[in-house]
Amino acid sequence: MTAVELAGITKRFPGVVANHDIHLTVRKGTVHALVGENGAGKSTLMKILYGMQKPDEGTIAIDGEKVGFHSPADAIARGIGMVHQHFMLADNLTVLENVVLGSEKLYGIGAKARRKIKEISERYGLGVRPDVLVEELGVAARQRVEILKVLYRGARTLILDEPTAVLVPQEVDALFDNLRELKSEGLSVIFISHKLGEVLSVADDITVIRRGTTVGTAVPAETTPRQLAEMMVGSELPTPETAESTVTERPVITVDKLRLAAPGGKALLDDVTFTIHAGEVLGIAGVEGNGQTELVDALIGLRHADSGTIRLGDEEITSWATRKRREQGIGYIPEDRHRHGLLLEAPLWENRILGHVTEKPNAKGVWLDPKAAQQDTRRIVETYDVRTPGIDVTAASLSGGNQQKLIVGREMSHKPRFLIAAHPTRGVDVGAQAAIWDHIREARREGLAVLLISADLDELIGLSDTLRVIYDGRLVADADPATITPEELGSAMTGAATGHLEHEETPETPETRKSPESPEDEAR
Amino acid sequence: MKKFDKERVLLAVAGPVIALAVAFVLSAIVLIASGKNPVEPFALMFEQAGFSDIQVLIINQASMYYIAALAVAIGFRMNLFNIGVDGQYQLAAMIAAIVGAHANLPAFLQIPLLLLTAVLTGAFWSGIAGVLKVTRGVSEVVATIMLNAIATSVIGYLWLPDVFGVKIGNNNTTGEMHESGWIPGIDMGAAGEIYGLVILAVLLGIGYWVVLNRTRFGFDLRASGASESAAAASGVDPKRMVLTAMLISGGLAGLAGLPILLGDTHTYSLNFPTGIGFLGIGIALLGRNSPVGIAFAALLWAWLDKASPELDFHGYDKEIAVIMQGLIVLSVVVSYEAVREWGLRRQQRRVGAELAAGHVLGADNNTTKEVAGR
Repeated sequence: MTAVELAGITKRFPGVVANHDIHLTVRKGTVHALVGENGAGKSTLMKILYGMQKPDEGTIAIDGEKVGFHSPADAIARGIGMVHQHFMLADNLTVLENVVLGSEKLYGIGAKARRKIKEISERYGLGVRPDVLVEELGVAARQRVEILKVLYRGARTLILDEPTAVLVPQEVDALFDNLRELKSEGLSVIFISHKLGEVLSVADDITVIRRGTTVGTAVPAETTPRQLAEMMVGSELPTPETAESTVTERPVITVDKLRLAAPGGKALLDDVTFTIHAGEVLGIAGVEGNGQTELVDALIGLRHADSGTIRLGDEEITSWATRKRREQGIGYIPEDRHRHGLLLEAPLWENRILGHVTEKPNAKGVWLDPKAAQQDTRRIVETYDVRTPGIDVTAASLSGGNQQKLIVGREMSHKPRFLIAAHPTRGVDVGAQAAIWDHIREARREGLAVLLISADLDELIGLSDTLRVIYDGRLVADADPATITPEELGSAMTGAATGHLEHEETPETPETRKSPESPEDEAR
Repeated sequence: MKKFDKERVLLAVAGPVIALAVAFVLSAIVLIASGKNPVEPFALMFEQAGFSDIQVLIINQASMYYIAALAVAIGFRMNLFNIGVDGQYQLAAMIAAIVGAHANLPAFLQIPLLLLTAVLTGAFWSGIAGVLKVTRGVSEVVATIMLNAIATSVIGYLWLPDVFGVKIGNNNTTGEMHESGWIPGIDMGAAGEIYGLVILAVLLGIGYWVVLNRTRFGFDLRASGASESAAAASGVDPKRMVLTAMLISGGLAGLAGLPILLGDTHTYSLNFPTGIGFLGIGIALLGRNSPVGIAFAALLWAWLDKASPELDFHGYDKEIAVIMQGLIVLSVVVSYEAVREWGLRRQQRRVGAELAAGHVLGADNNTTKEVAGR
């Protein structure tokens, strides 16, 4: 029995094809994984299935019956439920209130609804308590509330969009138990991920999507992560390896015992100490949410350290404001380019000024120099291969990869001494990725110091001269990228290993053995 | 690329035009609903705009609207809602009137003194809200509304005869200002006089454009309005920017009452125009925070104000003008957002199309299609 069948789905956005001739068949009572790189078109496809977008071509069949969705409400009515990556819960309401919100007609808002929630919770082992405030729940519990929410609305097919991105390994295991519970009750799950280890451990079927189209299916039992990775990226997989070492003895950025605490007093960063020399790329590995964002904020000056010092060259910059840091040669490729790197509704040339408004060629004294800025924007667009018809279009009209190339070009144009590169190739197509790596490597040869933060372990290992592992706000381990494997690095990221990671003798703790749940098999 | 520029102009004009058309239609519906002729009132009001004495009234009124709207607009440009322009300009006008009645310097010193007094008073009053926002996180909307109420009380206090007030009949005034602080108008013969400070309004408009579009500070301010997080990452100190913008907004607001004070009334009395600050909000909205747009909007508002009294003589209620102002503001909000989204999407589509067609800036190599990265 098929629960969902997508056939020949094509979705065109102006000038780009987001989905092309996609075929996906989900059997009833199974977990079906949809894997692919960031930007491969997974999200678009799921938006189509969930009724948020209409396909230009192709058909959707639910339980063998053809359907056309006009809105998520139609999809919900046909038993499709979506658990978004970013939870949509009201913190100040209870679980019960969150669950019934918008579906008051189903079981009311009182005792009947509470009974129903408890029933669902017990049936699938979700362990959800209806009368707790959502703000008191942790991430994993919130996710279970989200799952319960869609079950409450009668979903028979659940779409989980990158559900493990926010979870720690133990929580991932628990989630997978829940999923097995769901499928044993005859429900189907579509599991979107790019973490191959997880996919292989939980899925019954796998569909691989690459550059907007389905390139194949796989059966987990007969597939290795390596084969899956090759399917995902095709043959064009570029290697981020750097040839010869360019590391010098001259320290560019020296961080000493940096500590940053949350308002409650919990340390977000603690005792962070490292030095990056001219020509050195320091890679920081870690599961997201272990202090990377805070570290970047502290270095660029968006947050000020509670204690500890930061030195740039010979100068102590701990108390410097962001602007001064940028003027003095700190370049910044932000993790979230839409929030921190661009003015989406401003033209490209104004985006070229952003972050460097006091510097040449953007300004002369207190005055802006739009002509020079525009001219330089044209240069960046050409040198960094930003695909755009002109420099007066808004940043929002470019694709993610081209936006990122513009940011990289902008930051490199000011000859930084120290570059903070947070996920520099996230959501970027393969070609742009290789180009960005080249630019970083080239600048490194000329003496740039780089702090590289990435979820892409191959990128980290390939580009870095030195590797450190961040866990719970501390740098807990270091490794030599020349010998370390992604698997070994992945185990260290779970906090299982500390100290210097040797390739041969892995630390003794059993968790460091290769286990599918750990995020070691990050795509690519 | 020229065509994107042209498109931007088109989009800029489309919003107000749609809003005005909708507002006219809705006003006509209101008239029909009340059993009146839906066309004649507008005809009468258009006719009024042809008379030179009405034109002078419109220009004079518009100058004050214009300055008040600029004050609001500078806040809007960085997502600050200075709803307290009303209190700021009234208090500033009063303090300027008091200074003008008690200090008597030669005109070339007296007038700058009065202007400066007004600017500083307005900036001081808005600065309170600014300081509260950056130090205590108090919403500037709440703070400025409350400061409006406080300003009214302060004005009432200053009007007391044993403080600075001078009773003339039933009217509270601050006494006549010394003549050195009067600003002569531009004589238009029988039509009346245009306030001398209309020129100040024009200069402020030009200054507003130059500062926003041609200075580093203006760029930072606009960036803060477009994306607070991106601005902070680019090196803007958000707190300082909030405070600075509030001070500038209040300083501008302080000048809004001066055209009539220095050009006509020469005293701050119960008859002094009120509510200009609130009207400024609607005018800034309609004018899309652009100095030229605001000028048109201010003239439109002043026209509705000055042409509507005539309606009373023809059996219509002049309040139809107020209804219309309200409807304009409503339709402006809706139509601008719609046009903005439409324009953004249209541009994305066109950029996509141009790229697919191979029109890539400065690249001769063949373009490969890119899969959407989002």
